[in-house]
Amino acid sequence: MCAADFVLYEEEFKHLEESLRRLRQEANAKAVFLIDKNGQQIASAGEVEQFDTTSLASLTAGNVAATDGLAKLIGEREFSVLFHEGLQDHIHISIVAKRAILVVIFDDRSSLGLVRLRVKRANADLEKIFEVMVQKGEKGAGGTVHASPFSEITDDDIDALFGE
Amino acid sequence: MTFINYASKEINCKIVYYGPGLCGKTTNLQYIYNKTAPESKGKMISLATEADRTLFFDFLPLDLGSIRGFTTRFHLYTVPGQVFYDASRKLILKGVDGVIFVADSQTERMEANIESIRNLEQNLKEHGFDLSAVPYALQFNKRDIPNVLPVEEMYRTLNYKREPTFEAVATTGVGVFDTLKSVAKQILIELKKR
Repeated sequence: MCAADFVLYEEEFKHLEESLRRLRQEANAKAVFLIDKNGQQIASAGEVEQFDTTSLASLTAGNVAATDGLAKLIGEREFSVLFHEGLQDHIHISIVAKRAILVVIFDDRSSLGLVRLRVKRANADLEKIFEVMVQKGEKGAGGTVHASPFSEITDDDIDALFGE
Repeated sequence: MTFINYASKEINCKIVYYGPGLCGKTTNLQYIYNKTAPESKGKMISLATEADRTLFFDFLPLDLGSIRGFTTRFHLYTVPGQVFYDASRKLILKGVDGVIFVADSQTERMEANIESIRNLEQNLKEHGFDLSAVPYALQFNKRDIPNVLPVEEMYRTLNYKREPTFEAVATTGVGVFDTLKSVAKQILIELKKR
């Protein structure tokens, strides 16, 4: 049917969170998010409770998708960095490992230069973690890592979800 | 492309409402939003023009409860129906798990329905999806309007692969949840197969 599922296991999730926490601290940012290109949030760090993270993920993915479309229109492969400057808060958006979006929200306690520098470093980290995820995903497809929790679901389970 | 998160025990799926301009895609989402308990839904986002036409997409996150310990979340999107927004429509189909086609039952919109299904098929293909294999339901909307085509005739013209079909009046909610449930079920059944 569709493209392979995106599977995230506990171990990589912890590594991703750790990497995001480090980035937030080093970049002196308010919050850092990692989002799937399809608009699902993968991990986050910092003052995330003040944001509607689901909406943030979906709008960011829409933003990146639209910008990707623009890039192709003018013959570019992609615009790998987007920056939105506000009065107080600013958003730095970059593509990681081709499939994820790294969002850094910061204010005047930090600067664009510092964020760019730290994001570059974090990128290498995150790419390594994604490589492991892809490898595990491939193994998983062969049934050696995790059995899908959905292989055993019954029609009753599905009906129960829609119970009025 | 379903996102299965073992760390937070969540599964996220994406459903896209497709169809010609003014067929009622946003109205479907608005009805679902209004009738869903606050704890089961997120904020509904509409990126619309000043005249309230969808410009990029509407978005509604919906939490359906848990299945085998996994929180099951559906992200509902609509596309802009107007013909000239094709580039945006294509973007929204990225990573889709299931599609609901909302057809306008008015006689004069039949050509637009046909054109929109063709466009859906083509845009899915560009993302590497095949409409005949994607979880899919067809909704005949606006059944309350006087000059509508008979359902049988619409089915003959619009059905793609004997998909489940539903008569609907999205403004009052008739058929809205039935259509959504049908595609959500198909997605979960697909997951079971993998």
